[in-house]
Amino acid sequence: MIIAEKKPIEEIIGYVDDCGKLLILGCNECVTVCEAGGKKEVGILASALRMYFLNQGREVKIDEITLERQCDHEYLEEIRDVADQYDAIVSLACGVGVQFVAEKYHSQRVYPGVNTCFLGATEERGRWSERCQACGTCILAYTGGICPIARCAKRLLNGPCGGSSNGKCEVNPELDCAWQLIIDRLKALGRLEDYEKLLEIKDWSTDRAGGPRKVVREDLQI
Amino acid sequence: MSDTARSKLQRILSEGHLAVTSECGPPRGSDPEAIKEKAEMIKDYVDAVNVTDNQTSVTRLCSMAACIHLKLMGVEPVLQMVTRDRNRIAIQSDILGAASFDIPNMLCLSGDHQSFGDCPQGQNVHDIDSMQLVQTVRMMRDEGKFLGGAEIKRPPNMFVGAAANPFADPFEIRVPRLAKKVAAGTEFIQTQCIYNLDKFEEWMKGVCDRGLHEKVHILAGVTPFKSAGMAKFMKKRVPGMDVPDEVVKRMSDTPKEKQPEEGINICVESIERLKSVEGVHGFHIMAIEWEGKVPEIVERAGLYPRPKID
Repeated sequence: MIIAEKKPIEEIIGYVDDCGKLLILGCNECVTVCEAGGKKEVGILASALRMYFLNQGREVKIDEITLERQCDHEYLEEIRDVADQYDAIVSLACGVGVQFVAEKYHSQRVYPGVNTCFLGATEERGRWSERCQACGTCILAYTGGICPIARCAKRLLNGPCGGSSNGKCEVNPELDCAWQLIIDRLKALGRLEDYEKLLEIKDWSTDRAGGPRKVVREDLQI
Repeated sequence: MSDTARSKLQRILSEGHLAVTSECGPPRGSDPEAIKEKAEMIKDYVDAVNVTDNQTSVTRLCSMAACIHLKLMGVEPVLQMVTRDRNRIAIQSDILGAASFDIPNMLCLSGDHQSFGDCPQGQNVHDIDSMQLVQTVRMMRDEGKFLGGAEIKRPPNMFVGAAANPFADPFEIRVPRLAKKVAAGTEFIQTQCIYNLDKFEEWMKGVCDRGLHEKVHILAGVTPFKSAGMAKFMKKRVPGMDVPDEVVKRMSDTPKEKQPEEGINICVESIERLKSVEGVHGFHIMAIEWEGKVPEIVERAGLYPRPKID
């Protein structure tokens, strides 16, 4: 899923300080699971902003809505009738959701309430880590199911570098060396000889290098 | 020079001499005298001089320009190139640029991560990795082609090297990793600084057992300690460095004013021992900001005078 982190309240206040009516818009998908932008976080942000404006002696109306998703037309239509009543919308969805709201409500001010971080997984509650960089050409079949693009600080296709120490990355002792993980896994699979296969120079044209990407499935189009 | 030798370094190695290389870190400024002074100190005592490429990710005068300064002085350079800062267009372009000055040796590296340097907020590129850089320069040289397949007019003609760190983890893949670099087309290896000679010998045994020593020239890397503090720093702070306790103790037990001399002693003793290790074809002496000591190390290690190659 997409992992996001709440933005500091001061930053959000900086965006909306001049507003008299605000909508805080949550998303029930990834940001709910990583506890950054779901219904609960919408409530917390709305309360914090109310308190701030109250302390300033200002009356600002703040509404809370959480949609099933912000990356689908269908669900974004649910705020069609109310969207223009607000001076601004603070979206707590990932960057995709924020942009989709902005596209759909073209003349409305829309601000991000979270920083979108990465594609990752929940290691344990309150701890998420990156697993995928959506490069568009998956190589996991060759690397024991562990991605060196997402998990090696130098995205080495033929690692590890000389900085791998006791299973950790030289960049950060908290970080596992992706290539140590790959080697451990190849060993567990009884395929350590695969380590010696040279991975070819990668085609990055399916990554961000190729420009904004699109997937078109004509068989699904109506 | 023989038809096949592309550089003096390659010729010396192929003739079976123990080669000696050293390195110069370019300055944090544009004064070429800094690099020339370092080269002047060592040029008669080494066969070729590596020029580091923004080592530890700290911005410096570029390796290629420094290599050209060396070349103009009559010193044979080894162009170090990292994949951290260049995509495949810049890499191929820089290889051609170096070839236009007939820089005859190149060392292919991935480079230290930028978080260690003076631009920790910068991007890294890593379009290709160090093994793929070896493949790229070999393809350009041997097939006369760009990665895109087009023909190169006057292809580069470099002797191609890579680094190896026998001391990084996991140890079990350090020989296979060298095999991979050799398969990619590496012709010479300069190793990480060696302080744990037992472990190095264990690695070299694995290298020889697979016959890799007959396919690639291995230059053993050595760095003299200037002080006990440096030994401790290298042990604790430098990733992938293996400094045994007894070496640190030997430096610490030496009175401060004698420590530089003891550091040189350790270095010379290491070279003496490494000379007898099967598969070691030379030495890469990295006297970090202490280039003035290279002549003494080379002389005391019995590696002087250097073979004369026309």
